[in-house]
Amino acid sequence: MVYGRPVTNGWRLLAVAVGVVVVGALIGLYVSDYLVGNTPSYTPPVQQSGAGKSVNLTIETVAAVGPQLASNHPDWVSYLVREGSDWKRTTVWHVPADATVHVTLYNFDGASGLRNPFFARPSGIVGPMKVDGRPIDALDPNDASHTFAVPALGIVIPIAPVGDNAKNQCGYAPCSLSMAHRTITFTFRTGASGHYRWQCFVPCAAGYVFGNGGPMQTIGYMSGFLNVG
Amino acid sequence: MNYGRRFLILWVVASVVLTPIVAIFVGPEIPPGNGSVQAAGQVLDNTVLVSVMTPVLLFVLLFVAFSLSHFRSSRSDTGDGPADRGNSRIQMVWAVVTTVTVLGLATFGSYQLIQDGAGGGQGPSAAFLPAGYASALNVQVIGQQWAFTYRYPSYGGVETPQLFLPANTLVRLNVTSLDVVHSFWAYQLGVKADANPGVNNVVYVQLKGPQSFDIRCAELCGLWHGYMFDTGHVVTPAAFKKWIAEQVAFYKPIEKYLPPYAPFYFPEPTHRAG
Repeated sequence: MVYGRPVTNGWRLLAVAVGVVVVGALIGLYVSDYLVGNTPSYTPPVQQSGAGKSVNLTIETVAAVGPQLASNHPDWVSYLVREGSDWKRTTVWHVPADATVHVTLYNFDGASGLRNPFFARPSGIVGPMKVDGRPIDALDPNDASHTFAVPALGIVIPIAPVGDNAKNQCGYAPCSLSMAHRTITFTFRTGASGHYRWQCFVPCAAGYVFGNGGPMQTIGYMSGFLNVG
Repeated sequence: MNYGRRFLILWVVASVVLTPIVAIFVGPEIPPGNGSVQAAGQVLDNTVLVSVMTPVLLFVLLFVAFSLSHFRSSRSDTGDGPADRGNSRIQMVWAVVTTVTVLGLATFGSYQLIQDGAGGGQGPSAAFLPAGYASALNVQVIGQQWAFTYRYPSYGGVETPQLFLPANTLVRLNVTSLDVVHSFWAYQLGVKADANPGVNNVVYVQLKGPQSFDIRCAELCGLWHGYMFDTGHVVTPAAFKKWIAEQVAFYKPIEKYLPPYAPFYFPEPTHRAG
């Protein structure tokens, strides 16, 4: 028995179209949320002096970001940035154009090794890169823990690892400076305004194909943007 | 005068007028430009294609317009017209013209391709070799998530983050990948070659004068694929020598860590995370 009016092909088409749009939008939202991870941006305070503008950026790399900073991916490797006295999982940073950026990077992670040894040479910076206060001109590629690289600005910073036998290693963030870590310092100039991507070139995403999935392809972990201007 | 003859005259006149205009004014403006012999060859290919295409396109468009103008039926006429069967002359002309057109373009395209590979990747054993290929400058292009780097085996295998090439030089690009499939696309040079892990994809390019050119990855290779771009530079031979000497000096500290130059660079992935 058939009740009511029959559904026309036009209504069927409309229903399918609406369904496709709704499902497509939901998939898009899920993917964007997965990729962006709701990461906010960070603007460090700008100092103005006779030498021009400068900012101090303090960042760290951790082997696992922990449930406090990423409840959905607590075991992912990640960069963190210091905002005031807190460490935040934020990888989109705003810095002024034609400014000097002084970076202090604390690494709490061990060695993973570079796939391409080329990225073991610090480049694109002003003055030397220092590891625990000592200037170095290259890192053993097998010792690289991570890199901080902004390809469009020619910046490559290989990050020295915490030794396997180091005591008091940090399992997951937040990590205290009383725990085993390496301190890397470097300075670079920002140049012209622009939207520059930065990333890690060490395939450090354990469990993913070639170590380059997951946190390596998700903003808010091992890559982000340097918004200059 | 019957309709067929009128249409034919209309089409011939339109083609005679428009085809030279397209060939002279439109064709040379079609990318990729004149940055290399291969790029100029592609412009010529495109010019020939649009020149051949013009009378074909005119035929279709004019036929539609002519039919609408002369054979439009009244609103009350809902019946089919009489079938036109057995016109062997039209069928023969159609078969001959389309066959000649397609075979002609295929012959022209093949001829262009075998000259020097036409700027495309030819795999590890290039079959289409340009004159003087044995003395070409070798440069290795290494794709990786998400940047290209370049090695110069003639200069100690130094690896650089930027691509500089000497003007008026024949270059053999050896394109490979460290991880997933990328595609090296040097737009204004008319070069595009897939970068496959474990494969040396050879492409020859005969450079012209100094210029800058866009480099892009043309194969979806992960989240940051869209940011895998760069600017390459063709500079004078003197400027190239100065630049490469600076690179050799700057990257000296990692010289001992780079693997010996090889046709491809594909480290065992199990040595690394993942």
